[in-house]
Amino acid sequence: MSQVSSTPRPRRNTELVLLLLGLCIGTGASLLAGLGMDREITSDYWVQAAVLAIMSLVFHLVLRLRARYADPYILPIVVTLNGLGIAMIHRIDVAEGDDAASRQLMWTVVAMGVAIALLWLLKDHRVLRRWPYLFLAASGILLLLPLIPGLGMEINGARIWINLGVGSFQPGEIAKITLAIFFAGYLSANRDLILLAGKKIGPVTFPRFRDMGPLVIAWLISMGVLVFQRDLGSAILFFGLFMAMIYLATSRVSWIILGLVLVAVGGLIAVNTISHVGLRVDAWLHAFDPEVYNRGAGSYQIVQGLFGLASGGLLGTGLGGGRPDIVAYANSDMIIASFGEELGFIGLSAILMLFVLLVTRMLRAALGTRDAFGKLLAAGLAFTMALQCFVVIGGVTMVIPLTGLTTPFMAAGGSSLLANWIVVTLVLMVSQSARKPVAVGPMVNASGSGSGHLDRTSGVPVETPAGGVTA
Amino acid sequence: MNQAIRNSWVVIVAMFMVLVVAISVIQVIAADALKNNDFNSRQLYQEFGSARGPILVDGNPIAESVESNDDFNYQRVYHDTELYSGLTGFYSLTYGATGLEDKLNRYLAGSSDGQFVDRIIELFSGTQMEGAQVELTIDPAMQELAYSVMPEGVEASVVITDPESGDILAMASKPSYDTNLLATHSGAEASANMAELQTVPGLSPYLNRPTASLPAPGSTFKLIDTVAMLESGEYQPDQVLDVPDSITLPNTNTPLGNFGGGLCGRMDEATLAEIFAQSCNTPFALAAMELGQDRIRTTAENFGFNESFEIPLTVAASQFPEDLDDAALAQSSIGQRDVKATALQMNMVAAAIANDGTMMKPQLIDTIRGSDLTLLEDVQPEVFRRSTTPEIAEQMTELMRGPLDGGTAYRAQSESVDIAAKTGTAQLGADNDLVNSWITGFAPADDPQVAVTIVYQNIDFDTGSELTSTNLKEIMEAVVTQ
Repeated sequence: MSQVSSTPRPRRNTELVLLLLGLCIGTGASLLAGLGMDREITSDYWVQAAVLAIMSLVFHLVLRLRARYADPYILPIVVTLNGLGIAMIHRIDVAEGDDAASRQLMWTVVAMGVAIALLWLLKDHRVLRRWPYLFLAASGILLLLPLIPGLGMEINGARIWINLGVGSFQPGEIAKITLAIFFAGYLSANRDLILLAGKKIGPVTFPRFRDMGPLVIAWLISMGVLVFQRDLGSAILFFGLFMAMIYLATSRVSWIILGLVLVAVGGLIAVNTISHVGLRVDAWLHAFDPEVYNRGAGSYQIVQGLFGLASGGLLGTGLGGGRPDIVAYANSDMIIASFGEELGFIGLSAILMLFVLLVTRMLRAALGTRDAFGKLLAAGLAFTMALQCFVVIGGVTMVIPLTGLTTPFMAAGGSSLLANWIVVTLVLMVSQSARKPVAVGPMVNASGSGSGHLDRTSGVPVETPAGGVTA
Repeated sequence: MNQAIRNSWVVIVAMFMVLVVAISVIQVIAADALKNNDFNSRQLYQEFGSARGPILVDGNPIAESVESNDDFNYQRVYHDTELYSGLTGFYSLTYGATGLEDKLNRYLAGSSDGQFVDRIIELFSGTQMEGAQVELTIDPAMQELAYSVMPEGVEASVVITDPESGDILAMASKPSYDTNLLATHSGAEASANMAELQTVPGLSPYLNRPTASLPAPGSTFKLIDTVAMLESGEYQPDQVLDVPDSITLPNTNTPLGNFGGGLCGRMDEATLAEIFAQSCNTPFALAAMELGQDRIRTTAENFGFNESFEIPLTVAASQFPEDLDDAALAQSSIGQRDVKATALQMNMVAAAIANDGTMMKPQLIDTIRGSDLTLLEDVQPEVFRRSTTPEIAEQMTELMRGPLDGGTAYRAQSESVDIAAKTGTAQLGADNDLVNSWITGFAPADDPQVAVTIVYQNIDFDTGSELTSTNLKEIMEAVVTQ
């Protein structure tokens, strides 16, 4: 087990400057959209800006106190994305006479509040490694909740919501995190067994069933529940999480190829047997066929999204200048089309770049940390977030069939917001452990690489990264 | 494990690269194709969401965009809709645009080449640009008169033009309708209104009757025959011609007679001037067969037949067919069978004679100005055809006084105005007594100020011939200033 190290500097001031910049971008976008629509700048705009700023600064302060070596780029990027999301949701509210932005703001406060509490109380992610089966059980319960009569709600054919009285919630979003914690915990404890004790059949070495068993069962349960709940997007996401975790733990490409073959077979069966999956694929392949376009669950939504993107062109119509409200679900599933319309190819590329940077920083935390659990957790969550972006944006841009997933931090939806804030908080904790200077105590590494001793073969001192003492 | 993390980063970057390629295809490469897709209503939203230029008559709007509180910010509103529905057409979210709203869309919407600079300014200043305003050649008093002379419940057109400039001073038709009914942004209301309008007999909201409807011109077509006869040099106005009661069409048993009950039946021979005034059929049929179809067709085409053009409303091509045998030529020469003409076409024939044989291009647009009143288009009079010589035009003018002086248009004879005109009646079928009743002429005969054409379609002969003549008299007396 190795890690990549760099000079341990807190860089909290860098974070503060970037955070203020991010808040300016979000607030500026909101105000420009209001001006672009010739609307009076009401107190709504300032309340939203102030609430987001206060929550962000509190988060920043908590990082200073509790995790001062945490990655300084993650929070500013996430706040920028969240602020842009609220700005666009509010802009669409103004066009449609809705009030989704207030709900999104409220959920932002809840999500950041939970994240801050988590950061304050948990302090170190390795605590989570202790009870993998607790998280497996939690995942199962969370996934089953929507199936309970009276509690579960069905919206647009997918039974993935529960009714909380005050609003609906998607427990699957949280299950994504608990499953990731389980996978990371189980694999970090058992990866040697999985890798070494196995049978070689042809070119592929298969692990013993009892080593892989809990993973397969966990995966089958989640897949079964998802197919039952008819949520294609989440099924893809869970499968992606599973595959990524296995690969990260074992580095075995052959298992990934095997997994992808299984996906292909399963996908073909699903397209041909599950009607709503077949319809989705049909809407993707024949989007401009008049019959498919006009059909109930047809391609109308995605084609309208494409028209929105096209009308944005290279530079966009400018915030408030377009008609994103023509597209159904303009502030949730299709929010990327809304941004593409008003900010153009250039603006949308910048947003994609923010996601790439975010995911890159998350992987950087995984590279930097010393414990296998943290590596797996951060890298797995990072890959899942990237995959989620790919599935939802790829769906909007017709790269793949459209599925009901949300763009992280931007799309209207409380569950997704809460889950993603928890994800970045966990990764921030991993990054804290990756970047903080290691206390050099009694257990000094006296002979290994980085110990400062002469390398016996070359006769030159091995370059020691500052603080890079292997545990 | 770190290598696996690095590898997954490569996979993630590859996924995002795919997304960037996809959005560049959609937003840049295929953007125009998507914008022009039939399913794409955004262009419409954009057009309906901006201030469209007004259509003006004598400085007053007959179509304008007023601010509205719905999704589109602006609502198209029409004034004096019954008078102008055929000209303006409608601008409907549900049914698209017709008439001038369609033909002048680039100007009204502000997307013409002349408004390019405005659009650039709009792009950078953010101010919303307004479309150009279009001033028509229509004289509102004449339009009002033209519309009101037609009684309710008829299918009729009235066209008044200035022979010297080609300006259309009035162009009205019945039945008409309220264009606002279709301009409503509510699709449900618009389609309910459209369904109701389509139950009105003879009404098509998509067509402007004077330029789109092609009734048989009947004896007004004898204006063409007579010009052809005079141009041939073989006929003179005072030449005496045989007037048989009936002739049998060559190679058929079909008789072609003079219109029942007229003076033609009482004479065996008469001068060309007399038979023109009484509109006897047989001498013209014989003369047409004598001259041959090519000469008649050449003259007809010199007067604008067989060609569609734009004013900028599309004017349907009036028809004088090819490859006629003698029987067909004889029937065609009296404006029956396959000969068809728009009301505007027969007005152009009269106007060309009035203007010394020179046909001016009919114009409906006077000027087009940008929202800042800069002149974008100033339509100038344009010669359309050299239809005939001034000498023959003068002979024709003299002949056209005949019908009023005791001829078929005696009811149009005026004490105050010297009118020249030709009537026409086209029978619509052997089994009914409905006709198209025409009159086309100009006044004052010696110094023409206006050419007027009136046509009633699907009307009984007595009503039609009375209406055409009395309407002509009423209009001429009202509009011709001494």
